[in-house]
Amino acid sequence: MSDDMNDKLKIPHIRSVETRHLEEREALFRGLRNLDRRAFLKASGGAAAAAVAAGVTYPFHSFLPINVAYADEGGAAQGFNFAYISDSHLYVKKTNERFVRQLLRAVDDVNSLDPQPDFVLYGGDLAQLGRREELDMGAQILKSLKAPVHMMAGEHDWYYDMGEHWNTLFGPEHYSFDHKGVHFVVLMSVHEKDFWSARGMSPAERMHTVAGLDNAVQSAFEVGAPQREWLKQDLDKVSATTPVIVFSHSPLYKLYRPWNFWTDDAEDVQAILQRFDHVTVLHGHTHQVLTNRIGNIQFHGMLSTAWPWPYAPQGLPALTVQMNRPNPFDANDGLGDGSVAVHPDGLVDKLYNLWNRNPMQVKASYLSSGGKSDIPVAPTLSSY
Amino acid sequence: MKTPALLALALLAVSMHASAQDAAGTPQQSPAPASGTTQVKLCDNKTTVQVSKDAPKTREEGQKISDSLMAQWKAANPGKDWVQAEVEAHQVVTPEDNSKLVGTGQSSTYGAVTQQDVQVWNNETYKMAVYGSTVFHSSDELGSDIAVSCDMCHPRAANTHPETYPKFQPQLGRVALLRDMINWCIEHPVRGKVLAPDDPKMRALEAYILAQRKGVPLDYGKR
Ligand code: HEC
Repeated sequence: MSDDMNDKLKIPHIRSVETRHLEEREALFRGLRNLDRRAFLKASGGAAAAAVAAGVTYPFHSFLPINVAYADEGGAAQGFNFAYISDSHLYVKKTNERFVRQLLRAVDDVNSLDPQPDFVLYGGDLAQLGRREELDMGAQILKSLKAPVHMMAGEHDWYYDMGEHWNTLFGPEHYSFDHKGVHFVVLMSVHEKDFWSARGMSPAERMHTVAGLDNAVQSAFEVGAPQREWLKQDLDKVSATTPVIVFSHSPLYKLYRPWNFWTDDAEDVQAILQRFDHVTVLHGHTHQVLTNRIGNIQFHGMLSTAWPWPYAPQGLPALTVQMNRPNPFDANDGLGDGSVAVHPDGLVDKLYNLWNRNPMQVKASYLSSGGKSDIPVAPTLSSY
Repeated sequence: MKTPALLALALLAVSMHASAQDAAGTPQQSPAPASGTTQVKLCDNKTTVQVSKDAPKTREEGQKISDSLMAQWKAANPGKDWVQAEVEAHQVVTPEDNSKLVGTGQSSTYGAVTQQDVQVWNNETYKMAVYGSTVFHSSDELGSDIAVSCDMCHPRAANTHPETYPKFQPQLGRVALLRDMINWCIEHPVRGKVLAPDDPKMRALEAYILAQRKGVPLDYGKR
């Protein structure tokens, strides 16, 4: 509506609820970013209260230096932050530029984090159809991340050439490393039993079959016996009190088989992890906020930069507070990236940085308390 | 592959040819008809079978002829059994089984509902939903510019909520029917070609989406 139309109708300049909300949110974050560490510790409580009073439900933005809250606590390990980007599903640029732009947005997000995360986890499914050009372009884009990157493979990266090009670009698909007192393990959890040879499928047909989430011709994902053996040996030298954080592309539990939200040998892998005091698993593949706890193991999903997925009609873990059903009229809704604040004890607060919405934080204390404290705020529109 | 296969499957009817100038038969067939036989040709204008001129003109004989033709056609066109192939890859909910109606009431013919009536209703209805599944899962069928298909965001049609239509969609500025929302998703996330309301693909997409929500109560207007 033009200005003189407004004048004629005597409508005062009205800012929508959304505009005012976003302005308040922006002002809050600007203010917080300018605080020093000590002032932050003092001020954050008040700021959060003010934000809640102003109707902001998720006052903490992913880009806050969450780790400072733990910096003075001492202890064996230090707290630290890492960021994640996942499930970008890149086609070559001339086929689909949208997914490319969305990955670029996530890279910008992470590069603008201040302080920078210690590293960035890429959660798998960098490519859509496992083609060399898709993986090459993805690798090129990820090179512009300022922080070091740890790569994980997904099924979309794998089933055209069975990981050949992925391995050439990024190295072995399962490995481990230690960082500030935490033992990290990256698994390749999307191996499938051979369904293609008997059907005489070409590499492209095999890839297309696995790429269809609801395609029932494929087998179930699994870590597989050889890798489980490797995992056992890798963890042999790690003491039970060392915090362990595992990255897997598929959730390391059984959620919903018809969509392969599933790892077939999940129980066997969980058994290997049983002996540790604190274990966290971060997984991609499900493109949504997903929270679970099985015994000593806390599980978190990751957001996708390409498209959101509906919640499975069955098997949703009781601890999962859903993200809002995405608005189909907003192309970036339900997408995003995020970061993980690792406590000195090795447990993590998981931040889902939902683009175009307030971020959603799932705290270790929420999971440790069995869902009793620090409950994330439920969305207006949940799935049905 | 979908539309031609759909047509071909419907071509159970056979046409009678007494002569056989075109020797397009399959290997089992001798190119020229033996004397005293009639050549029966499938509507693909290629597949043929020889029938003895004095074979009895019974239903059983007729069935044998068409079975033989279809068996040949299937062997020569592997992968054209699209219903089976589609259902193997993507589960499609089956329609209501009306067999309890057999022997009751009046059907399209005078007399009670037969097993065959029930089978026809069932097969035809299911086939339409299955065709919808092939469109739903194919970026090519949807004419997507960016190789995106519906199943990428709606596995097994999840979150399409057909039972909630019609409902007001502020972004469309009007009350939307299911097909309006389908078209919106075709145009925007899929970047494909918008379909006319009576386009066979639109009809099939609606059939598939509704089929997958079988048993859910209607709830128009729900958000
Ligand atoms: C890139 C992702 C994406 C693709 C591709 C996509 N959609 Fe959607 N669609 C959505 C999202 C997100 C919603 C909102 C879902 C919700 O309300 O829970 C939606 C909503 C819908 C709805 C309305 C649901 C409701 O609750 O009113 C229908 C119908 C629909 N889509 C059909 C389709 C069809 C048919 C296709 C393929 C032509 C398709 N969509 C492709 C993302 C997508």
